[in-house]
Amino acid sequence: MSPTTVVFYLLAAFTVASAFGVAVSTHIVYSAFALMGTLLGVAALYVFLGADFLGAIQLLVYVGGILVLSLFAIMLTHRIADVHVSNRAVGRVPAAVVALLVFVGLVRVASRAAWVVWDRQALVPTTAAIGHAFLGRWLLPFEVASLVLLVALIGAVVLSRKEVRP
Amino acid sequence: MDGVGVQSWVILSAILFVLGLFCVLTRRNALGILMGIELVLNAASLNVVALAHYASLGRDGQLFAIFVIMLAAAEAAIGLAIVLGIYQSFETIDVDATDRLRG
Repeated sequence: MSPTTVVFYLLAAFTVASAFGVAVSTHIVYSAFALMGTLLGVAALYVFLGADFLGAIQLLVYVGGILVLSLFAIMLTHRIADVHVSNRAVGRVPAAVVALLVFVGLVRVASRAAWVVWDRQALVPTTAAIGHAFLGRWLLPFEVASLVLLVALIGAVVLSRKEVRP
Repeated sequence: MDGVGVQSWVILSAILFVLGLFCVLTRRNALGILMGIELVLNAASLNVVALAHYASLGRDGQLFAIFVIMLAAAEAAIGLAIVLGIYQSFETIDVDATDRLRG
């Protein structure tokens, strides 16, 4: 096995182990920290695929934004005392059966498909190319995305403020 | 370049997707369900980026993943605001206990 393959399997094992922790952990805060491991692993896998800018975005937005927001929500919705009831899980056996069936189906498709692989691109910095794409061919989705974020911002403020009845 | 085939990436994202699905199906804590959704979204973007990398599609796969991350941020903000609103009126975020539509 080449060193690259070893690195890939190490990163994949770390990501899958953390995701397993997210799925089965009995404490919601442990789940959140396991989710951080998964997000870091996926960011490293993006860099492995030559997507350096995307890896940085994953770190900034997911680990620095969404995960911290989730931790705030956990702290705001749980009393520190009741740790043992915070992450109830029900119906594990049927859910495991459904998940296993979906997984078997996906693996069968992945192993039977005739994958056509082109020559892969050399690993070059992607930031400039992504910036040109956003202000060129992808300008309309880019602007719509800013509108979506504005609407989500206003919506989050309206939903989470205290309602004052006159 | 290396011995990692495209199938390894597809199966890796399938594992992440299935773990997220399991998390969404079993959790009764609304925040746990949102974490499962994040896992599913990560699996999908990883799949898209890996396939674009192996098919020489330029940067389009990475742009897709950036849009997915942007939508996940919007979804997390709205979802967590809704969870906080539910907590204010029900004093719990267990999705089995929150079955009244009228507040």
